[in-house]
Amino acid sequence: MNGYNFAYLDEQTKRMIRRALLKAVAIPGYQVPFGGREMPMPYGWGTGGVQLTASILGADDILKVIDQGADDTTNAVSIRHFFQRVAGVETTTATTAADVIQTRHRIPETPLRSGQILVFQVPIPEPLRFIEPSEQETRLMHALEEYGVMHVKLYEDIARYGHIATTYAYPVKVDGRYVMDPSPIPKFDNPKLDGNPALMLFGAGREKRLYAIPPYTRVESLDFEDHPFEIQRWEHSCALCGSDHSYLDEVITDDKGGRMFVCSDTDYCQTRRGEVA
Amino acid sequence: MHSMTNARPRLTVSGLHKQFLLHGQGGLEIDVMRDLSLTLHAGECLVLAGRSGIGKSTLLKMLHGDYCIDQGRIRLHFDDGTLDLETLPAYAWHGLRRDVIGYVSQFLRVVPRVAAVDVVMEPLLARGADEQDARQRAETLLARLNLPERLWQLPPGTFSGGEQQRVNIARGFIGEHPLLLLDEPTASLDATNRDVVIALIGEAKARGAAMLGIFHDEDVRDRVADRLLPLDDSLGARASFTRDVQETLS
Amino acid sequence: MKKPALERPVLLDVQDITRLYGPAKGCEAIDFQLHAGEVLGIVGESGSGKSTLLRVLAGLEAPDAGRVVYRRHAGEDVLDRDEAELDLYAIGEAQRRALLRLEWGLVHQNPRDGLRMGVSAGANIGERLMAQGQRHYGQLRETGQAWMRQVELDAGRIDDAPRTFSGGMQQRLQIARTLVTRPRLVFMDEPTGGLDVSVQARLLDMLRTLVRSLGLSVVLVTHDLAVARLLAHRLMVMRRGQVVETGLTDQILDDPQHEYTQLLVSSVLTP
Repeated sequence: MNGYNFAYLDEQTKRMIRRALLKAVAIPGYQVPFGGREMPMPYGWGTGGVQLTASILGADDILKVIDQGADDTTNAVSIRHFFQRVAGVETTTATTAADVIQTRHRIPETPLRSGQILVFQVPIPEPLRFIEPSEQETRLMHALEEYGVMHVKLYEDIARYGHIATTYAYPVKVDGRYVMDPSPIPKFDNPKLDGNPALMLFGAGREKRLYAIPPYTRVESLDFEDHPFEIQRWEHSCALCGSDHSYLDEVITDDKGGRMFVCSDTDYCQTRRGEVA
Repeated sequence: MHSMTNARPRLTVSGLHKQFLLHGQGGLEIDVMRDLSLTLHAGECLVLAGRSGIGKSTLLKMLHGDYCIDQGRIRLHFDDGTLDLETLPAYAWHGLRRDVIGYVSQFLRVVPRVAAVDVVMEPLLARGADEQDARQRAETLLARLNLPERLWQLPPGTFSGGEQQRVNIARGFIGEHPLLLLDEPTASLDATNRDVVIALIGEAKARGAAMLGIFHDEDVRDRVADRLLPLDDSLGARASFTRDVQETLS
Repeated sequence: MKKPALERPVLLDVQDITRLYGPAKGCEAIDFQLHAGEVLGIVGESGSGKSTLLRVLAGLEAPDAGRVVYRRHAGEDVLDRDEAELDLYAIGEAQRRALLRLEWGLVHQNPRDGLRMGVSAGANIGERLMAQGQRHYGQLRETGQAWMRQVELDAGRIDDAPRTFSGGMQQRLQIARTLVTRPRLVFMDEPTGGLDVSVQARLLDMLRTLVRSLGLSVVLVTHDLAVARLLAHRLMVMRRGQVVETGLTDQILDDPQHEYTQLLVSSVLTP
């Protein structure tokens, strides 16, 4: 690859981002501003995650990229190809084989291990934004732990739908201190945030914020005593691998209302089918 | 001699002056009272006499904190000491009015749209009385004052003058204050209700209330006054402690 | 008969507060004490500095000079472990905001400034409780309904957004939202301003009842002397940033001493 520095970003930028990441790791759940660069892709396509990945990627690392759990969707394929070209790193679809996993909206079903890094693409990093438009005010609210409004949102859910209807980007409290938006992962994945052996990094390109959950950090999903946090359950099992405990996508199979439920995590599903077969 | 002159008074007023300075009228000064002194005992009704405009209402308003006390002393006497009203801080008046000094004025001033019965019971609620008890006492008083029951739940704003005054009287008497200021409580009442008010005053005396009143109706005055305090155009007034009512009226 | 207990502990000690935006713009050298259980009215015309003063008192705007000291009293406070005396602008912002959120309340003239218009009435009332750490939805809802009834709102509308309420209803909702944590000290900025006269009357009565039943101490800013007469025990008259006269409400209105107060009182239309 000629004409580009390793992993696209220049070394100074990577250093700047890594410094911000160190701060983020030191203050779990705290949003650190960083000098976001223009990337060769539109905002909303993972520019935040890509910059984080670019900053931490080493030549020997093996990279996996998923979008909604799948390795073979446009976004995942594009980013994987991007890093193949600008960093020349080895890529994989196997969760267990990867050193760095960039993800959009899922946490792999296969448990992560110590030493792995999960990089999330984040559209809106500020969990208080929905109720407080002022950035100055939300920063103050974080600083002073004024988090009553988070429960206002959950209250509204129950008042309107009879249960907490937030199903993705479900707010969490990290290490008993900062309230954090875990990015639009399904709340099904929230329990995986808690005490995870892997390092989890979050990058928001448009808003130029990054934050982190260090390994083995306590992460609680907000709830009410009489409406405790619950994850989604399906009546079905995966039509392909038969899994009855993974996050399922509903797939329309024809024009006559035919449909099936399959694992959203393609690697997990394929691995299971290999085992099953 | 009056039977109570030797007892310790409840109220003593001495050397009271009142002057209004009207800045808007080029600094016009109006003297309305000069060197007024009086003594009032528990269980006694002292009636202020004199032509209208002589300052009878002014005195009541000074005793109620509505008017500043420019000069002179107003003292309330209690078993355990004396309270000087001319030096009483403004924040303390609220409690004093709630617990000690009651006022029945000629005019009703209430929050619009509040029911008559609620207007009457408010002084009790202000002391933290039970709402049911307070309501019952308010209704008893309104019934006694012959206010038709259909009016009790209506705001008095639209009532006739006499009806409003009866609401006001009920509100004034319900608190059973030890010092009551009565500013023409019978002015627009018919004979029946005048009798009720006279009876209420009698009951207040019996329980030891000290009362200072203005009554233009001579018949009422004769029936409630233990003593008269004539105010005259010299602007000064002194209660005659030795003259009894008959002497004063003659 | 015993002497009545008239002494009331000082809740707010305001010492020589100055906050000026320009000559005679703002408030200057304001000194007073608010006693527990007292409703203090601050009256004056627009531009007299009363709203600036309220903002300083309520912890929203630091004064150029002077102190606002809030005195808690032992035995009557859930936060006994905290200091008995708080200098509003000497304590940290975190403590000040917590005080404003938990022990004090502020009722804005425009309910839109005090409400979250996008969330339901119930969530509006419950917010301060949730901020205090209440995490039981059922209880929050019960409390919300009880408060709606207390401020004469239809409890059946607990899930409706405030924007579907009339101005008077919104104001009552704001009051419920503010009083739900039973603050000891409440600041009110023209609470009945901008409302129809008929709606005002009902609100005034409600405020009087709440002040009495909750034992609130209130600093009330109003330009309406009739409102001041009905709500305030004591008045402070302001003009060009300064206090020209203070006293018992009836005395200020019936026997005003200062030239300006006399003008103000005599300018009121009485139907």
